[in-house]
Amino acid sequence: MMGADIRPIAVRRRWIARLADDRNFLGLVFMLPAAAILLVFLAYPLGLGFWLGLTDTPIGAPGHFVGLANFVSLAHDSVFWLAVFNTTFYTVVASILKFALGLYLALLLNRRLPFKSLLRAIVLLPFVVPTVLSAIAFWWIYDPQFSIVSWALIKFGLLHQYIDFLGQPWHARWAVIAANVWRGIPFVAITLLAGLQTISPSLYEAATLDGASSWQRFYYITLPVLSPIIAVVMTFSVLLTFTDFQLIYAITRGGPINATHLMATLSFERAITGGHLGEGAAIADAMVPFLLAAIMFSYFGLQRRRWQHGSQD
Amino acid sequence: MSDVTRRQILKSGAIAVGAGLLQSRTALADATWSGGAPEPNASIRVLRWKQFIQAEFDSFVANSKKFSEQTGVKVRVDAENWDDIRPKAAVAANVGAGPDIIMGTNDDPFKFSEKLLDVTDLAEYLGAKYGGWYPIARTYGMLGKKWIALPQGATGGCLNYRISTMRAAGFEEFPRDLPGYLKLCQGLKAAGKPAGFALGHATGDANGWVHWCLWAHGGKMVDDNNNVVIDSPETVAALEYAKQLYATYIDGVLSWNDSSNNKAFLADQISLTFNGISIYTVAKNSPEPALNAIAADMDHANMPIGLSGHPTEQQNILNTYSYAYTKYPNAVREYLRFMWEKAQVDFWETASNGYVAPPLPAWNDNPIWTADPKTTPFRDVLKYALPVGYSGTLGQASAAVMGDFVCVDMFAEACTGDQTPKAAAQRAAERAKRYYKS
Repeated sequence: MMGADIRPIAVRRRWIARLADDRNFLGLVFMLPAAAILLVFLAYPLGLGFWLGLTDTPIGAPGHFVGLANFVSLAHDSVFWLAVFNTTFYTVVASILKFALGLYLALLLNRRLPFKSLLRAIVLLPFVVPTVLSAIAFWWIYDPQFSIVSWALIKFGLLHQYIDFLGQPWHARWAVIAANVWRGIPFVAITLLAGLQTISPSLYEAATLDGASSWQRFYYITLPVLSPIIAVVMTFSVLLTFTDFQLIYAITRGGPINATHLMATLSFERAITGGHLGEGAAIADAMVPFLLAAIMFSYFGLQRRRWQHGSQD
Repeated sequence: MSDVTRRQILKSGAIAVGAGLLQSRTALADATWSGGAPEPNASIRVLRWKQFIQAEFDSFVANSKKFSEQTGVKVRVDAENWDDIRPKAAVAANVGAGPDIIMGTNDDPFKFSEKLLDVTDLAEYLGAKYGGWYPIARTYGMLGKKWIALPQGATGGCLNYRISTMRAAGFEEFPRDLPGYLKLCQGLKAAGKPAGFALGHATGDANGWVHWCLWAHGGKMVDDNNNVVIDSPETVAALEYAKQLYATYIDGVLSWNDSSNNKAFLADQISLTFNGISIYTVAKNSPEPALNAIAADMDHANMPIGLSGHPTEQQNILNTYSYAYTKYPNAVREYLRFMWEKAQVDFWETASNGYVAPPLPAWNDNPIWTADPKTTPFRDVLKYALPVGYSGTLGQASAAVMGDFVCVDMFAEACTGDQTPKAAAQRAAERAKRYYKS
């Protein structure tokens, strides 16, 4: 009887031991927590968002499947198309400015400067300050009656009346872009600075000995070596700018006359303020193709790295 | 009572209201409250609108503390900007968790009425005891025959004006009709201290004056059957009138939010705006002589009467509701009853210098409303107000149209010349029809 009892246990132990030695099984087990987190906190909300976009769900009550009705309705909504334009314009202009100014700042900080660490810390400040705080600061800076900018310009005799920063559609668009650029430059600058520091000085020394000008050194060494990092940084920058909400909500609430409404703020306004979750979700869903395009940009940008290292693709 | 139009009373479904308003105070005192005792170890969380007057909030908290001392129910009071309360209330309704009581605004409770605690017995008790709810309070509190919310009053919006500038503009009394009002605004601009009315996405101030202007000309978003009728000659007339008003305003109103006009008025930059009593209270209680001088030189008036011949004001209604998910429904009802009783209301209204206009007539005899005549116009605003979504019903569509600032955008488009008045009205109709589908 004893032998009959022991054998299955031994068999079982061997089976567990085999599993414990199985790399595939262990890999699966170790990935489970991460997969669960991704499933619960990423895939489920995303799936729910897509589903809501296909329903007429209001706040606090169940909705019904309406197919593409929300999208058809949005296609005839002038405010939605204005928000698409605003978002695209905001993203393109702000991203270009952030890249240009961020790269310039990174190149400056990469030089031998006194108080280098302190300067780098100061550069990071706009990124460290909570968005809403900086948005409120800009709201005061742009105030039609109390703007410090207008006040200073009037004191210097350069203006006779206050600038209506947020009361004119195009003024407001440029004003919120300026706020976004101010806030976003440090992220670009510091990340590119990290990339710059990985470039071997010997490359520059060799180029200098060959008679390369500073522009040629930048164009033929700095830019190509930095391009994979630029691709990643700009992808994140574009994604963050495209989905911006806080700055706009705190400074303009989408005004004047919806001139600064981004897709994210419009989605919030329709879903939460207006109570139409389905339509708000549909607007958020409509952002996805643009975001996918940004990710593709990153993907192909990263591919260039292989090309740089001699690959043919 | 005579100030409330017959149409309003009939629309609110309220023969009973009329009866309630006419009841004598003696008879009203007989009302008895028979709500259950608060649950043992009850603890409730209140999320309310953020104060514009600190003393108002302090007295509210003091009342809550008094309730805790008397009943043992713990009460936590949080305050948020009223624009931020709406999303939190919506999320609470959707997920079934959050504050026990929300003190928000306007028709928000109608967006998730099925999730709310029935407060019919409490509202009827308060109505019976305090002279019957004003018709508009019933409109904002009742869904069918059930009370889903308790109106707390309104952050009464009145015209705040500088007496000296009005006189400089050639007026001894504040005009009560549309032509006179326009002439005043033109005179204020000529006098160098113009009017300023928010025309950005300012929930209280912008909605307040544009809806008044629309309704004063006979225009409205929807008819009695919720058909969109905003694209009408009356609306175009309202927009033409508003365009003339806008030409007299200070620069920058297109970006103003709810606090911008307070700042501009107190900075002596404008002489006329639409606001609650907060400007006056801040100026009066300030240690700065310059602000005291502004308080002495300012007064308040109700909005002028338009072509319809009756008041057409839109007020920011403060509406209180609780969710069915609360673990302590008896404690919630008891707390609300306590806070709505006149002893607490008088203490609170006095501290806040009449910031909230009463929804119940019996609250009107607080001396705060008459001790300073400049406060009196705020007392009666709920007698004159029309509900949002007038003359249709409150619900998802009316809330969405307000939330999407359809009316404000229409006025902004027309006033700035971005669209012709006719085109702005057409665009507003298209936007509104997306919500009023059936």
